[in-house]
Amino acid sequence: MEKQITPQRHQGHEGAPRKEQEKDKEAFLGASLVPSSLGGGIPDNGLLRFITCGSVDDGKSTLIGRLLYDSKAILADAMDALAKSSRKRGLEEVDLSLLTDGLSAEREQGITIDVAYRYFSTGTRKYILADAPGHEQYTRNMVTGASTADLAIVLIDARKGVLPQTRRHTTLAHLMGLRHIVVAVNKMDLVDYDQAVFSTIQAQVGAFASKLGIPQLHFIPLSALKGDMVVDRGERLDWYQGPTLMELLESIELDSSEQDQPFRFPVQLVCRPRTEELIDYRGYQGRVESGRIKPGDAITVQPSGARSRVRRIELYGKELPEAVAGQSVTLLLEDEVDISRGDLIASAEHAPVPTRSLTATLAWLGEKPLSSTGRLVLRHGTREVRTKVGEIESRLDLEALEPVPVEDVAMNDIVTVTLKLQGPIAPDAHTVLRSGGSFILIDEATHNTVAAGLVLEPEYL
Amino acid sequence: MTHRVLSHLERLEGEAIHILREVAGQCTNPALLFSGGKDSVVLLRLAEKAFRPGRFPFPLVHIDTGHNYAEVIDFRDRRAAELGEKLIVRTLDESIAKGRIVLRSATESRNRHQSVTLLDTVEEFEFDALIGGARRDEEKARAKERVFSFRDEFGQWDPKNQRPELWNLYNARIHKGEHMRAFPISNWTELDVWQYIAEEGLELPEIYFAHEREVVELPGGALLPVTDLTPIPAGKSSVRRSVRFRTVGDISCTAPVLSEARTVEDIIKETATTEITERGATRLDDQTSEASMEQRKKEGYF
Repeated sequence: MEKQITPQRHQGHEGAPRKEQEKDKEAFLGASLVPSSLGGGIPDNGLLRFITCGSVDDGKSTLIGRLLYDSKAILADAMDALAKSSRKRGLEEVDLSLLTDGLSAEREQGITIDVAYRYFSTGTRKYILADAPGHEQYTRNMVTGASTADLAIVLIDARKGVLPQTRRHTTLAHLMGLRHIVVAVNKMDLVDYDQAVFSTIQAQVGAFASKLGIPQLHFIPLSALKGDMVVDRGERLDWYQGPTLMELLESIELDSSEQDQPFRFPVQLVCRPRTEELIDYRGYQGRVESGRIKPGDAITVQPSGARSRVRRIELYGKELPEAVAGQSVTLLLEDEVDISRGDLIASAEHAPVPTRSLTATLAWLGEKPLSSTGRLVLRHGTREVRTKVGEIESRLDLEALEPVPVEDVAMNDIVTVTLKLQGPIAPDAHTVLRSGGSFILIDEATHNTVAAGLVLEPEYL
Repeated sequence: MTHRVLSHLERLEGEAIHILREVAGQCTNPALLFSGGKDSVVLLRLAEKAFRPGRFPFPLVHIDTGHNYAEVIDFRDRRAAELGEKLIVRTLDESIAKGRIVLRSATESRNRHQSVTLLDTVEEFEFDALIGGARRDEEKARAKERVFSFRDEFGQWDPKNQRPELWNLYNARIHKGEHMRAFPISNWTELDVWQYIAEEGLELPEIYFAHEREVVELPGGALLPVTDLTPIPAGKSSVRRSVRFRTVGDISCTAPVLSEARTVEDIIKETATTEITERGATRLDDQTSEASMEQRKKEGYF
């Protein structure tokens, strides 16, 4: 029952409903509504992705429940289901952590194993929240959540202060390129809302953050359980003058500075329809990872070094005057250049230099140590090359926050290594460009992703 | 330098197109699941944006339970024809005839049995990736799933042991016989989908919009549509109500909601202010237990 349907067959049906739809759309867009995105005429203040992390029992799930509940993002039937599950577990109050622990194994054990994603909006901004597990053995799931976030909330239990997982998660959030880290000192209700406790923790975190080179941190004292300083200010933390957690999330500047960075466009596909009308069409399809591009801009293709200019930018047949970081488009160039998937189109002025060796930081996520994995493939942008670890220079000791000598690399280690590559890639330093400076390592034997990599020292023009 | 702050829909669109192109770039024989439902209608527009002026690098596939609304099936065929793309349909009736599925009663919901036909179709065509319109905000087990989600040679999902997924560097590598599920609109909400439908002027099957329908009002507020498959239960009576469907699936487990929303704009307003989750009121299959979706996903369900 395979159907090969040709476009002609049903054309008679097409006209009427289409037009209706167009009319609906006009009415919708015309009726004093901005064609925006939150609908109902609400201005669109963009999309913020954030992760909540910290040690087990620091109250992450309660905080998330509180954020969602106080911002009215939990719908009535979900609340009913939650109440039912809580009662089934013999709990007197609604357990908000059951909201994000979506797997049966998690509910059985009362722990978070993998990242859960939640979606909500308040006022003008949309949020994607990744709730990360606190247990050390699930660190790689936390890293997964952090890699796509703009902001991390690191929770600390006011009674316990800085724990090893606090340091690990803060370090990883920083390494993964998150520009905003919010330290939420939770359970202030259990220390009588004492400002001195908050200040001590602030000093502790500040000390290790400066060792790691984290430029800026936000500190907020709060009680997720009682609802102080999450969405509402409450009355018990008068000594704190800063924003509530929600005010901070609402006002933090989204990272449009990535548009000022050098243009990077890893080529995913080459579009060559080879139909009669489009016999010479050759479009390079990909996503602008950083920077911006306009027709006429000079580009360099790496690793070949070929040069050309952008002739046209297209999306679904429409010509665009410009494309910026985050947009997926098709580029047409002025010259016929040999380009295929895996190549990188970059701004000619600030092109990265191809290299076959790197110094990099690895967050090792594989269950087996480096010494017992298969051959490794490095993936940077859309390019894959075989790689070998040359030297393991050091491991970051998370207690002392200092590099220590190391023989092998085990799960959850953060190490500095040198890599030899079978073919060239054109990376950036990860401190300069988050996307151009990151890569993954894949074990060819198991096909598992075994490491998140950050380029420390490429040659850079 | 002036910045152009991308709207949240532009961000989501950029991400989804990138994911679709990665499937095409990394997998040798993918397919896109198209049911005629709103999420897969959005997927098709995103695929047009990802691959035009070229052809889609994959066929469309529908697993037809045989219990779908006729207007949705008509819409499915017409949409595939308009796009000029190949549509493969495999039916549960064929699987039942072959003895791959045994129903305990003629009226039993076929929803769960779709996994069998789906996995048989994967084997038949040796697909190494299936692209689907599942969203993380639909359901709590889906909220846990990766964008590129690995299935072993038995089509099983192992939620306790998912591959790390870093930045947008997706790893679709598999051994022969295994496959990937890819979810380009993982990060979209129901509201995002409707807003995108409005912005793009996408056509949908008419049952998504408010219409008069004969229904039975069940205790607890659920509405049972009266069809050949779902006749009026003994001792009950039917009424006519203005309703629409929020999700569209197998007739036996998809219920409409009361609504007067006749346009996309009306639906956006309704969705923005609703008190009920998308699947909560409408999917009878998710309410059996806390883990019903997780269980079905482990078995190979979408």
